[in-house]
Amino acid sequence: MATPIIESPRSGRVAPGYSRSTPSRSNFEMIAWLFMRISGAILVVLIFVHLYVNLVAGDGISGIDFGFVAGKWASPFWQIWDLTMLWLAMLHGTNGIRVIINDYADKNSTRMWLKGVLYTSTVVIVVLGTLVIFTFDPCPVIDGVAHVADYCPTP
Amino acid sequence: MPKTLTPAGTLYRGREGQWSWVAHRITGVVIFFFLLVHVLDTSLVRVSPEAYDAVIASYKNPIMGLGELGLVAAIVFHAFNGIRLILVDFWKQGPKYHRQMLWGVVGLWALVMIAFSIRHLTHVFGG
Repeated sequence: MATPIIESPRSGRVAPGYSRSTPSRSNFEMIAWLFMRISGAILVVLIFVHLYVNLVAGDGISGIDFGFVAGKWASPFWQIWDLTMLWLAMLHGTNGIRVIINDYADKNSTRMWLKGVLYTSTVVIVVLGTLVIFTFDPCPVIDGVAHVADYCPTP
Repeated sequence: MPKTLTPAGTLYRGREGQWSWVAHRITGVVIFFFLLVHVLDTSLVRVSPEAYDAVIASYKNPIMGLGELGLVAAIVFHAFNGIRLILVDFWKQGPKYHRQMLWGVVGLWALVMIAFSIRHLTHVFGG
């Protein structure tokens, strides 16, 4: 009886039944793995400060309203802070969900659909959030009515 | 590929390593879905000050307050366990001390959450 030959897992000669798609020589997965660690380390700082400033300092969550947001985004510092947080958190989260979809959805079409929905949501949220940060108006005039706040010019 | 290969209800090795991995996944998914909603509701500042204040006012009740506490608990665990993961991957002694580091993560998480709960619940239940 012939001894079956079992190839080394990294030989690239894995039995077809165990490979989902054609093997790729790109190092995308390594870059994604590295990105999770780098963005994760940065996000710890960004989010902990975000939570401290919004939920702990001052009046905590009771102090959050339109004026609070206006006060923060009056400064380019918080605009850039929030923009960086938005992009890094969305990419970090999207890659995390991508890995989970790859792990649990074993039909090619299911994976494709779930990732399609995921990537669409990501693009919508990142574009929307970015536009909101940069087009924010602390004293908007809506239907001819100016917003009244102590930091707004009186008409 | 035959369908019979699907592993159902298997336990890899259990213990700290697997359970922290499960917790990291669950907290990650929770945080991601919160983030989608968080960007959408914050975007209301671009609709009108009243629209934003209305949705924020609808969050100011004990149920949402406890939800916020749970969310912060998830974020703090994910953050500390993420740092542990980075140490396991990049620090030479990381894999050797992964278990001890998990208890460090749990301890730090408990400390931060006790402090935060006092502060946050005071606001939520009107201190």
